[in-house]
Formats: sequence, C-alpha cells, structure tokens
Amino acid sequence: MSDTRTLLSPAALARPRGRAAYWSVFTGVVLLFTLAFLFPVYWMVTGAAKSPDEIARTPPTLVPEQWHLSGYTDAWDLMQLPAHLWNTVVQAAGAWLFQLVLCTAAAYALSQLRPAFGKVVLGGILATLMVPAQALVVPKYLTVADLPLIHVSLLNDPLAIWLPAVANAFNLYLLKRFFDQLPRDVLEAAEIDGAGKLRILRSIVLPMSRPVLGVVSIFALVAVWQDFLWPLMVFSDTGRQPISVALVQLSQNIQLTVLIAAMVIASIPMVAMFLLFQRHIIAGISAGSTKG
Amino acid sequence: MTRTTEARRPVESLTVHPVQAPPPAGDRRRRRLADQARAYAFLLGGLVCFALFSWYPAIRAVVIAFQKYTPGSSPEWVGTANFTRVLHDPEFTAAWRNTLTFTLLALLIGFAVPFVMALVLNELRHARAFFRVVVYLPVMIPPVVSALLWKWFYDPGAGLANEALRFLHLPTSNWSNGADTALVSLVIVATWANMGGTVLIYLAALQSIPGELYEAAELDGANIRQRVRHVTIPQTRFVILMLMLLQIIATMQVFTEPFVITGGGPENATVTVLYLIYKYAFLYNDFGGACALSVMLLVLLGVFSAAYLRLTRSGEDT
Repeated sequence: MSDTRTLLSPAALARPRGRAAYWSVFTGVVLLFTLAFLFPVYWMVTGAAKSPDEIARTPPTLVPEQWHLSGYTDAWDLMQLPAHLWNTVVQAAGAWLFQLVLCTAAAYALSQLRPAFGKVVLGGILATLMVPAQALVVPKYLTVADLPLIHVSLLNDPLAIWLPAVANAFNLYLLKRFFDQLPRDVLEAAEIDGAGKLRILRSIVLPMSRPVLGVVSIFALVAVWQDFLWPLMVFSDTGRQPISVALVQLSQNIQLTVLIAAMVIASIPMVAMFLLFQRHIIAGISAGSTKG
Repeated sequence: MTRTTEARRPVESLTVHPVQAPPPAGDRRRRRLADQARAYAFLLGGLVCFALFSWYPAIRAVVIAFQKYTPGSSPEWVGTANFTRVLHDPEFTAAWRNTLTFTLLALLIGFAVPFVMALVLNELRHARAFFRVVVYLPVMIPPVVSALLWKWFYDPGAGLANEALRFLHLPTSNWSNGADTALVSLVIVATWANMGGTVLIYLAALQSIPGELYEAAELDGANIRQRVRHVTIPQTRFVILMLMLLQIIATMQVFTEPFVITGGGPENATVTVLYLIYKYAFLYNDFGGACALSVMLLVLLGVFSAAYLRLTRSGEDT
C-alpha cells in the first residue's frame, strides 16, 4: 500500500529539492495538526486543572501555575457525574444489546429464512434511509410519550433510547448484506445435519460474522453516547439524564473550571475506546465508504 | 436468492428416483406455514421497532401537520392553518436563511479543507497513523463537549480565539456573540468536530487511484496542478459527490451547536430549522406547527437522500 505511486513521483521526492520540500511540508502539517486538533484537547485538560483565578486571566497561561485536581473532584461530586455517567452507560449498553439481538435476528430472517413479503419488508426498511432522522423527532417523541394501542409512556425510561435504536436501517442492511455473502454450502450442510435455524444462527452465522458485528457494535455505542437532541427531549427528569444533556443543563450556573473538568470526564470513555480500537474503527470508516 | 433456486431446479429434475412419491400436499403446506411462522418470529422485534419508531412517526408527522394537536386532548383538523401560521412567523425566514447559509458555508469551508488535507496527507510517507488518529480525535469527543469547548474559546474576554488574534496582532472578533459572525463561528465548530471522517474517506479514495494514471500524466508533461485537475478529481468524483450530498443532509439538521453555543441568538442569527421545530414543540407546545415544519424539512431533505441512495446503489453495481 505504502509504495503505490501517488500525485508525486518517488523520483521527484528523491531529488534534494524534493526532499527539502517534503520535509518542510511534513513539519508544517505536523505543527498544524497538533495545533488544530491536539492543542484544544490539551487546553481543555489543563484548563480544568487551573485555579478559577488563573483561568480568567489574560494573557492565559500555557501550563497551570499550580495543578488543582479540585476541578475534577468537584465536578465528580457537585455535578453528580457518576449518576449521569451511569445513565449514559445503561442507555448505550441497552441500545447496543437490543440492536445487536433484534437487528441480527431480523437481518438473518430477511437474508436466509425467505419470509413471505420479505422484499416488501426490506423495501420498507430501506425507505427509512431516505427520511432524515432529526426531521422525525417530534412525531417520534409523541409516539414514545404515548405508545399506540397500549398507551404507555416511555418518557424518562431508558427504553425510550433502546427501542428506537433498533429501527436503524443502516445497521440492519449492513448485517443483511453480510449474511447474504456467507457460503451457502456451509449453511445447507448444517441444515442437512439437522441443525435448527436458531442453532445455525448461533453456532455458524454469528461466529463467522465477527467483523460486521464489531462494526455494528461500535456504530451503536458511539451513536448513543454522542446523541443530544433525542435524550434532551425524552429525559426531563434530571436524575435520568445522560451526561451530554446534564452538561448543558448544568453549564449555566457552575464554575468554569468545574464545567471543563466535567467535559473532560465526559469525553474519556469514547476517546479511550477510539484509542483502543483505532485500527478497526479507521479501517471500518475507510472501507465502508468506498466499497459499499 | 433467485439465483440459487434457479440453479437447483435442473438438478432436482435430473434426480434418478422418479418413483419416490412427493409428500402429501397438506404436509408440505403445514411445513411451509411453520417456516413462515419461524421467519416472522425472527423478524418480529425489529419489525415492531421499525413500525413504531420509523413508519408510524413518518405518517403521523404528515397527519399532525394538518391538525391542532396538544397531547392529552383529541386532535382537531385545521387544514393548512399550521403551515400558514408557521410561514408568517418572522423566525421562519430567519431559520431557513440561517440553515441554508450554514449549509453553504459548511460546504465551502468544511468541504474544501478536508479534501486538500487528504491530498497532502496522501503524499506524506511518515507518521501516517499519527495523522489519522489525530484528525479523527475530535469526532470521538461528544458533540456537546466540543460545542461547550468552543463556546469557551469564543468568550469575548479571556477566550482563546481572541487571544490567538491578539498574538498575531490582528483585530479581535465577537465570534459567536456578534450577529454577523455567529453563524460562521458555528460552522467552524462543526467543521472542526466532523472533519475527521471526511478526511479518512477521501484518503481511502485517493489510495485507490491507480498510480499509472499519474505516471502517464507526468510523461505527458502535466504539472502537479494539472495532475490534480485531470487525474485526482475525475477519479474521486463519485466520492466527492457522495460526501457532498451527505454533508448537505447532515448540516441541514444542525441543532447542537446553535442550541449549546448561542441559544439561537444574537438576534435570531443562529436559529436553525431544527431549532425552530424544537421551539414550536417544547416552548410553544404547538405540535401542529412543529410537524408542519418537520414535513417541510422532510420533503427537502428527502430529495437529497433519494439522490444519495441512487448514487450509492449505482456505485455498487459498477
């Protein structure tokens, strides 16, 4: 991969002038990236460690004169971060589990079990891709507030996050297409050996689908963790709010250093997950887009 | 699926046991029914969720748009009254103007910058992993956190943005607090936060361009700019168009940045369509108006989504 010819030829880069140009551009890009993408994060992490006095000073200090961890501990206690973080974890984990179980089952049915009207169902699912998610939040809110037929309200209930998360046409289609490509003879052989549909799904399809299940899992977790408008609508009860909503609600009347510390804490889980799985995440984004 | 049934049929007709009697028709039908029941058992959970949270709300948005609706009381048909009321709201024009301007600015800034960035990154031979991780880092920071972070940077007093301008001996700006600069300030935040994904997709597209094309162009005497114009851009045209449509769809639904950073102000300069929908529903308790606005947004974005889906479909076929 690294030796393929790009815009510039290796010969041009090997010349002294080319090499000088290359290294100066390289240095420039490193500086630019550090300044644009790493520096704001650094500023946030160190800002939370400054004293309330120091953070309001102009010109600002590059390194905290004194490291105050009280910003972080205050955020943890005053803003009830453990509770909000826990809410977020519950919401994200549930959405992930519901999506994985129900979308996988549905995708398996559409791909392998040949239900009558399967094409119609798939068409209906794909049609929802044309509807921008946010344009539907208000009627979706009304549905969640008063479920048709059973007249139950899911407001302030994690189910309000979990169940709508299942209606994700993109993930379902991703799974269905993967199942379509599984080797047919293996599945048929299992069937001849007397394995039931559930057994085939559990012991053959799922183990073979590890990569796509990983991608769907990451998408599902990130989507819930990063969402703002939907949880803002469905959780009016402060004690149930995820961290994203709580941060905005509390941002008005809290000390700046404490707020910034809370922002850092709120970012840690997803950033940590990214750093841990960055290879897979980056490969997934790059591959998923160019080849459908 | 049709392919396999067709392939199997001739084999069945060639089987050398013509004497074996087929199972009785009733048995077969019962088995087929059991197969169907099982298939739908697997489908059920997903189907119910789609019905409740996608199909039903989509129909309901259209229905409520023509009703006077408050939760708890029975709805009342009002014809197009919601649409006329919403259309005469002075905020309506502001919201659409802001949303379209935001989308346009996001295309100008948020589109050219990642492309150039990917172009440069693709030429660099060292520290590739570093660049990829760093450019994607802001995407993993929760949008609410990036919005609050930039709100702090934009602070007219001790904000980092003005500090940087002072350091460069440039005049300071009101950023998100000025009526004429607020929208651009929000576009900068959105671009910073979302650029990573776009850059990575472009990088992948650039890497799939066959090197011989550049070699041939170079032999023909094309300089760098000509190579970009005649090789890089035509070769990535599909991805460029795809990302452009995606970005239009995404930026027209902008909500978090104006809600968190500016609260729609100053002087309605950053009220967006989705923000207005939110206000109608949760501030004015006017769900008819909110749904009328939603339908307008839905129709407009549906066009772009349909174009996007067609494009990706045709891309799969080739």
